[in-house]
Amino acid sequence: MKQFGGPVLFLDRSDINTDEIIPAKYLTEVKKEALAPYLLEDLNLEGFDPAGEWRGKARVVLTRDNFGCGSSREHAPWALEVNDITCVIASSYARIFRQNMFNGGMLAIELPAEKVEEIFALKDKGEVICDVDVEGKKLTFSFKDGKKEIDFSLSQFDEALVKSGGWVEFADNKY
Amino acid sequence: MGKTIAEKIFDAHLVDEPFKGTHVLSLDVVMCHEITTPVAIADLKWRKKDRIFDPTKIKAVIDHVTPSKDSKSATQAKIIREWAQQHGIKDFFDVGANGVCHALFPEKGFIRPGYTVIMGDSHTCTHGAFGAFAAGVGTTDLEVGILKGVCAFRPPKSIKVEISGEMQKGVFAKDVILEVIRTLTVNGATDHVIEFCGSLVETMNMEERMTLCNMAIEAGGTSGQCMPDRVTAEYLWPFITSDYNNDFEAAVEDFKKWHSDPDAQYAKTLTIDVTDLKPVATVGFKPDQVKALADLEDTTIDQVYIGSCTNGRISDLRIAAEVTKGKKLAPGVRGIVSPATPEIYRQAMKEGLLDIFMDAGYCIANPTCGACLGMSTGVLAEGEVCVSTTNRNFNGRMGKGGMVHLASPASAAASGITGHLTDPVQYMG
Repeated sequence: MKQFGGPVLFLDRSDINTDEIIPAKYLTEVKKEALAPYLLEDLNLEGFDPAGEWRGKARVVLTRDNFGCGSSREHAPWALEVNDITCVIASSYARIFRQNMFNGGMLAIELPAEKVEEIFALKDKGEVICDVDVEGKKLTFSFKDGKKEIDFSLSQFDEALVKSGGWVEFADNKY
Repeated sequence: MGKTIAEKIFDAHLVDEPFKGTHVLSLDVVMCHEITTPVAIADLKWRKKDRIFDPTKIKAVIDHVTPSKDSKSATQAKIIREWAQQHGIKDFFDVGANGVCHALFPEKGFIRPGYTVIMGDSHTCTHGAFGAFAAGVGTTDLEVGILKGVCAFRPPKSIKVEISGEMQKGVFAKDVILEVIRTLTVNGATDHVIEFCGSLVETMNMEERMTLCNMAIEAGGTSGQCMPDRVTAEYLWPFITSDYNNDFEAAVEDFKKWHSDPDAQYAKTLTIDVTDLKPVATVGFKPDQVKALADLEDTTIDQVYIGSCTNGRISDLRIAAEVTKGKKLAPGVRGIVSPATPEIYRQAMKEGLLDIFMDAGYCIANPTCGACLGMSTGVLAEGEVCVSTTNRNFNGRMGKGGMVHLASPASAAASGITGHLTDPVQYMG
């Protein structure tokens, strides 16, 4: 199973699309690692700097609705993965992106919009660290003057994919 | 209780339900292109699983960047080319024979009503126009599809979109689907199949139905679907004649098994009468941001792009040529036409459509996905504006800092003549 958890990158917008996560001009790369410098290069989000301090530090992304909409490119989850961001928390996802995350053994955690709002409220408290307990289905957010715990759920299939390291191994053993 | 077409297809293809809510389906067609497949091939090799489930069910094409533009795209092409050869994939389309996947594969007759289809391309939903369940997937799903011929989905929930009324002069299937997306919003159909039905859809030809289904993903839909009928049978007839012993009516009758039952359950029903619909275009960076072209006429453009899996088919080129005939592109406006397949290219040439475009000042590009996703053949510079018959207007999509306005071929062609976004009605015969 992959490692999950660490500093949170707040992307406070809905409908962040796959072209914003990784522009198509980099899709001629065959090696996933080559995508690393271009993650979120075209993100249209006020105040967001693609070259900001989050780079190399963030391990978890928090965002709003319909994250990963658009293209089927698995390069979007890979661009996150090669930057050691293996967990995304959002109020909803585009279907293909969400499946791509779990297919690669990564976490696309879906929380109700009001819970996502509560986590966004921590944004002004300095650095926020998110611990992810996959077994206990619990997220613990630590910040300067406190902690916040939020439960999440995973479907049996998604959990099996995360634990088996992805869909290829799961499917080849079973079908 | 009755079933939707999607539920019927799922029932017929269910291989396993490893967990509640997870349906593993057998696949009838796995489509591959050179952008998302080479990584799957490389990974299968690395895992020592370089096998394919059935060479007759895998169709492959080089279409996104073709002919190769640089060493990296040449390497991608080489990987898929050698893989197709090694595994005896006969339906592989390379330079000279290649076209945009979602235009080329239907043209070759690869899809049937009731089929399950996946591809590492979000616009795979196009093939639902034939009454198939066709879904875009990522590289890992594609890899498992190639290896095992299966893919996992959640049980399908459907949204019924009933479209009635008559399209006014200047209004086309593209305007209708943009109106549907405006109404549903960009995530209104997430995890749902959009079932297009109603009197207008019944009278639409296959090319128009493909335009509708192509953009189901822009509302988040897993697939778009139309009921397979007489129109579908006519399109597929050259490929299915012997299957039905030369009995056309038998095919039409057989297709009915893939119709949704009258008492099927839908998550939502949307009713749209297009009678008052005006030609539209998108504004901004989301495909649900749609306005009447008549209200956008102060938007100047730098480029017109006519092509792609949405609107690069022969009927699209005919309409654009009708609007363009005898006219010139406005000074300073670049025009690019990319017929979506070699057959379309040849037909457009025979009909004199390419002459019309060239006389107007257009560049005729080869069949390719090209500028649609900003990879080649017409990418925009920072601050440039393009009116395009493609399907996606995301920020940076056609080139960093560029703006794309999605519109019908008629609207794109009319805008090319005036140099600003233009309602095509005045140019229609």
